[in-house]
Amino acid sequence: MRYMMIIHHDDEAMAKAPQRELWAEYAAFNEALNKAGEGFSGGLRLSPSKESTVVRSHAGKTDVLDGPYADTREQLAGYFFIDVPGIEQAVEWANRCPSSKHGAIEIRPIVEPKAG
Amino acid sequence: MHEAARRAAERAARDSYGRLLAFLAARTRDVAGAEDALAEAFASALKSWPEQGVPSNPDAWLLTVARRRQTDAIRRRQTSKAGEAHIQLMTEELEAAGTSPDAIPDRRLALMFACAHPEIEAGMRAPLILQTILGLTAIDIAAAFLIPPTTMGQRLVRAKARIREAGVPFAIPEREDLAGRLDAVLDAIYAAYAKGWTEIGDTAAERLADEAIWLGRLVVSLLPDEPEAKGMLALMLYAEARRQARRDTAGAYVPLEQQDIELWDEKQIMAAEALLREANQAGPTGRYQIEAAIQSAHVARLVTGRPNWDSVVALYDVLLGLTHSPVALLNRAAALAETEGAEAALASLDAIEGDRRMADYQPYWAARGHLTALAGRKEEAHEALTLAIGLSTDEAVRHYLIGQRTALQDG
Repeated sequence: MRYMMIIHHDDEAMAKAPQRELWAEYAAFNEALNKAGEGFSGGLRLSPSKESTVVRSHAGKTDVLDGPYADTREQLAGYFFIDVPGIEQAVEWANRCPSSKHGAIEIRPIVEPKAG
Repeated sequence: MHEAARRAAERAARDSYGRLLAFLAARTRDVAGAEDALAEAFASALKSWPEQGVPSNPDAWLLTVARRRQTDAIRRRQTSKAGEAHIQLMTEELEAAGTSPDAIPDRRLALMFACAHPEIEAGMRAPLILQTILGLTAIDIAAAFLIPPTTMGQRLVRAKARIREAGVPFAIPEREDLAGRLDAVLDAIYAAYAKGWTEIGDTAAERLADEAIWLGRLVVSLLPDEPEAKGMLALMLYAEARRQARRDTAGAYVPLEQQDIELWDEKQIMAAEALLREANQAGPTGRYQIEAAIQSAHVARLVTGRPNWDSVVALYDVLLGLTHSPVALLNRAAALAETEGAEAALASLDAIEGDRRMADYQPYWAARGHLTALAGRKEEAHEALTLAIGLSTDEAVRHYLIGQRTALQDG
């Protein structure tokens, strides 16, 4: 089963985390993901939520809003993909992700397109 | 008074939950129904004991209340004559048990064997045993098995329904079926222990380890002639004896060969040794006895002052022949490095090099990192340690490995 692993961070808490150690652990984690085989891909980190722009179109009118998109402390901060037999292994990978200590990892199964 | 009554109810919940549940569910084979009835009995106890005092026999009291509620529920469901006869029989049996509580037979072992029945999905046997025998909640169990609580709850409900639908008998199986089923019971208990052992620093996990040991003692006391049950209990006690030594005062991970033997619990080790001797009286036969023997060889340095790696390697050879497990091969390699050197150990790992199961198995990469570093193959060691760090879920282990990798660069 393929899962998209969505990393949520509290930007403030993240800024307080020991940076060098954190990114060193992330480098190792990404390498483990890249080596884990087909269906896995290392994480991509997103810019802080204050740099996001939100676009909505309705009735021929375009609204452009500056982020953050939602009024919550935890924001989408990055993501990675895994391909494992089931949720137990997905939880294991979420546990390994260094961000699980500074935020939350949301596990979302990917809906596979139906064959034929 | 309130406080004393609450504590009495809690003690009864802790000590008698599995025994009462096993008794209530034995005839109906309806574990979920028996749990509901027992939960209501505990709720009544918490309400009435503080006012009316703790009964002289809390178990009998709880059983009587649970039985009433259970027979009501069954009456609502089935109204046929056969059903009435069934209820009559059950009521009489429970009535007798309620008035002479010493007669409540210990059916926990039978319930464990029901949970370990081939009809029950293999991965659910350990969680089901923990819930029905120990009364752990789905949330506790889910945390220990890394499964979301709702999923765990659903699976537990399904497994209990399966016991009822398939008419799984609550009985210790006959001799010829015992081996396979006892294996499943032992594996379930040991899986629970392993969860409680690896997830250190988490108090819920440590409690799980204690509960697993308690179940192990129960199996040994009820099946005293089964050597593998003794072997498994010994194995858990050896591991438990070293719990304090696995972390230094700062909480950092300490590998076995560097542990301070002063911190090992000698009393637990002696208990493990005695159990292993009893188990081995007819010669070692099963996986748990051999694994316990390996632990015995490891702790020999408590007595002799030096490790006994030759015996460890030889015992792993026996285990490997028995299980063909890549994990046994991996552990054997670590011991082999001590007797024949890192290159020989690395060569022995060739057999599992392309094994898919090893690709994201953290201990494999940690061992490879350690062995290649010993052999002076710096680049390989760096790569393996990096993978091991990335695959770690345990903070202390991760820090230890980062230290190893730093030492590699500096050395």
